[in-house]
Amino acid sequence: MDGRLAAAPEGPTVASPAAQADADASPRDLRKLVGELRVICGDQWVFTQEHQLRTYESDGLLQYTAIPAAAVVPGGAEEVQRVVAACARAEVPWVARGAGSGLSGGALPVEDGVLIVLSRMKRILEIDLENHRICVEPGVTNANVTAAVAPAFFYPPDPSSQIVCSIGGNVAENSGGAHCFKYGFTTNYVTGLELVLPDGELVQVGGRELDPPGYDLLGAFVGSEGTLGVATKVWLRIVPAPETVRTLVAFFDSTRHAGEAVSDIVQGGVVPGAIEMMDAKAIEAAEQAARAGFPMRGAALLVELDGAERECDARFEEVSAICERHGSDDVRVARDEAERQRFWKARKAAFAAMGRISPNYFVQDGVIPRTKLPEVLERIEQLGQEYGLIVANVFHAGDGNLHPLVCFDGAVEGEAKRAEELSGRILEVCLEAGGSITGEHGVGVDKKKHMPKMFGEADLDAFQRLRCAFDPAGLANPGKVMPTPRLCGEVPGPYRQHPLEAAGLAERM
Amino acid sequence: MTVEEAAAWIREHEAVRPRGGGTKLGWSPAGDAADLDTRGLSRILEHNEGDFTAVLEAGAPLVEAQAAFGAAGQMLALDPPLGESDAATIGGVIATGDSGPLRHRYGGVRDLVVGVTVVLSDGTIAKSGGKVIKNVAGYDLAKLFAGSFGTLGLIARVALRLHPSPPRTATVTAVTDDPAELAGAAARLAALPLEADSLDVSWQEGAGRLDLRFAGATAGERAQAAREHVGLDTEIDEDDTERWAALRDRQRGDVVLKVSGRPSDLPTLIGALPAGASLVSRAALGLSWVSLPEPAAVAPLRDAMAPRACTVLDGATRVTDPWPAVDPGVLAVMRRVKQRFDPAGAFRPGTFVGGL
Repeated sequence: MDGRLAAAPEGPTVASPAAQADADASPRDLRKLVGELRVICGDQWVFTQEHQLRTYESDGLLQYTAIPAAAVVPGGAEEVQRVVAACARAEVPWVARGAGSGLSGGALPVEDGVLIVLSRMKRILEIDLENHRICVEPGVTNANVTAAVAPAFFYPPDPSSQIVCSIGGNVAENSGGAHCFKYGFTTNYVTGLELVLPDGELVQVGGRELDPPGYDLLGAFVGSEGTLGVATKVWLRIVPAPETVRTLVAFFDSTRHAGEAVSDIVQGGVVPGAIEMMDAKAIEAAEQAARAGFPMRGAALLVELDGAERECDARFEEVSAICERHGSDDVRVARDEAERQRFWKARKAAFAAMGRISPNYFVQDGVIPRTKLPEVLERIEQLGQEYGLIVANVFHAGDGNLHPLVCFDGAVEGEAKRAEELSGRILEVCLEAGGSITGEHGVGVDKKKHMPKMFGEADLDAFQRLRCAFDPAGLANPGKVMPTPRLCGEVPGPYRQHPLEAAGLAERM
Repeated sequence: MTVEEAAAWIREHEAVRPRGGGTKLGWSPAGDAADLDTRGLSRILEHNEGDFTAVLEAGAPLVEAQAAFGAAGQMLALDPPLGESDAATIGGVIATGDSGPLRHRYGGVRDLVVGVTVVLSDGTIAKSGGKVIKNVAGYDLAKLFAGSFGTLGLIARVALRLHPSPPRTATVTAVTDDPAELAGAAARLAALPLEADSLDVSWQEGAGRLDLRFAGATAGERAQAAREHVGLDTEIDEDDTERWAALRDRQRGDVVLKVSGRPSDLPTLIGALPAGASLVSRAALGLSWVSLPEPAAVAPLRDAMAPRACTVLDGATRVTDPWPAVDPGVLAVMRRVKQRFDPAGAFRPGTFVGGL
């Protein structure tokens, strides 16, 4: 990833009353808290020197940086609990961090806060193939979950960063990946969580069984971007590995034709494991990096079918025919696993490879109803021309999740700012089409300014109610998700209508 | 009725119970609340065929929505029993987290709802999610409200993900009176990448049956191919609609206990069934519904299955506590959620898990 902005970004805002009260005072003296952290985790796992803390100043989104007061690397759930409890007592905000590969600044530290790094917690705790479950610590990488249950089973969510990204981070962000059109997202696979709540309580929500009684706290927690607490154990559902996988890449003259092929494939009742599209710019970049032998055409469509052999065979011919019907004269079927890997390498290289055709770029993450694809792509191209910037497009075409890559040269005065503005305009186009400002990267610090475009005041207020139920003091990852800092206040007592009010004789003002 | 009118009505009432078709009113105590009948909110607001999504008002009968989707070759992959006169509404199904055999492949209510509009006790109308199938902006309140039994607020509108309706189905079926053999066959099938739509095990009066349903263009061939994995004498049923309707119906009865278990619990559960009981289990999911002859049979079965969570659905008002016990720490979080969303305590007070 590249794309560091010279301009100072909007810094994280802290909603905690304690921190706000101190805002005018000199930086808080955290020596006592740091001393406690050293006792809890051991000296060697607490970092306070600036050169050590620099490691953690950003997540995968490098244009935001912040240095925490301390970073602590706990070795287990009990240490996490004691760290969070100590922060709660000291009224110091904290941020949990996994692999730091997130793309929305969700793990950006809070200045003068504590960063809880979960990278030491990478044990696989239980494997229960009989009941299709695995229980892991949050620092285990996404790829290692599948590795632990292979070859008979696999864990479907597969973000592009799966080799490094951690399950804890996946839980926080509700990560998806290329195969989620068919298989769903992290939230569809988490059956239990051990959580440390912001007050330092440790609770287990769910477990190996489905439908635990009461409110679906798992559903509320997964995707909450570290603002409701920190997971210290994760129970996941795993599924039998598909009998067969068939992959093709079809090339088209334009994204419009490729988009129409996608519509026909899905309308026909096929639910592919993945459908990925790249436009000409993305193909060019991917080819430079991966050398998969892709021709320079207007669009490439990668379609993967997996599942039962018979159904795949039947459907695969249908898909090839649909691509041809929509003008593809070049349909390449992966003959073996090596060729399939080459196709995917080209697709997954498209992001990083943009660096070869542009000095800097922003990765956008918008969602649109899939049928709006042609008009939205046209609009994005117009906007690119208006701004005089190149936009390359890579997307999960099945679920309408676009990743426009806005290219710019940070050395050219004002270009980064223009690129950022264009990036924001693209999200507005997605919203106008009935979509969303983020499909998988999360809101974090990067997109909170766009939240009011998607949600009204009442909606944001409802979100805040959930946050306050978990974190009334506002210490867990403050300054993320919500567009403006909000305080929780006391839980109001039960409101009962006064008889005079009921009779219309008085009003509460 | 409009959502705004519902909000005004809610503000005027001290205690409110949202209700749809009234097919599951016995699933938890009525409490002392005024009924808000959602059947005035019954429109199909959007069916975006090309996008496989729909937006419905809560009071829309599920059977009508499915007919509309079916006309376009689509379906909502949610097939719970629809109750008397097929009156169940989408809002009622979501509020109770109900499901049917398709849950095996497509997940439950929580996995199919992509957006929700709710009305809170102070009349606030708030939405979460959207109407696209992939979206991580903001908190997922749809999941929080799904299965909350109307105790957090009124679910007024929902956006749903739809799926293609399969052209053909075929079921492999086998019978045995040996619980271990039955559970073994189910476990074997569940571990294979068959991509079946449904895998149900049922048991009644010493006789067990396994039903494995395939859907899609090659359903018949795949059912044939699956036979060898069952390990029992099998038959194929290609005209299987009635069979699955009957399995769905077994989720309802005078007294029904839902067991949130593990697939490996199946032999224990069958062994613990009292005389006169009937069981249907989503065998790969570990979820089972046991129809019991009388309320007194609930406690011994719960004891036998402890520590699994067992919830009384039908007949809930005839037992001391229909809800399983919840860990005190978790209950405290749920209480705070209830207090924040419904500070007035207006939505079905005292009727949910742990007295919420």
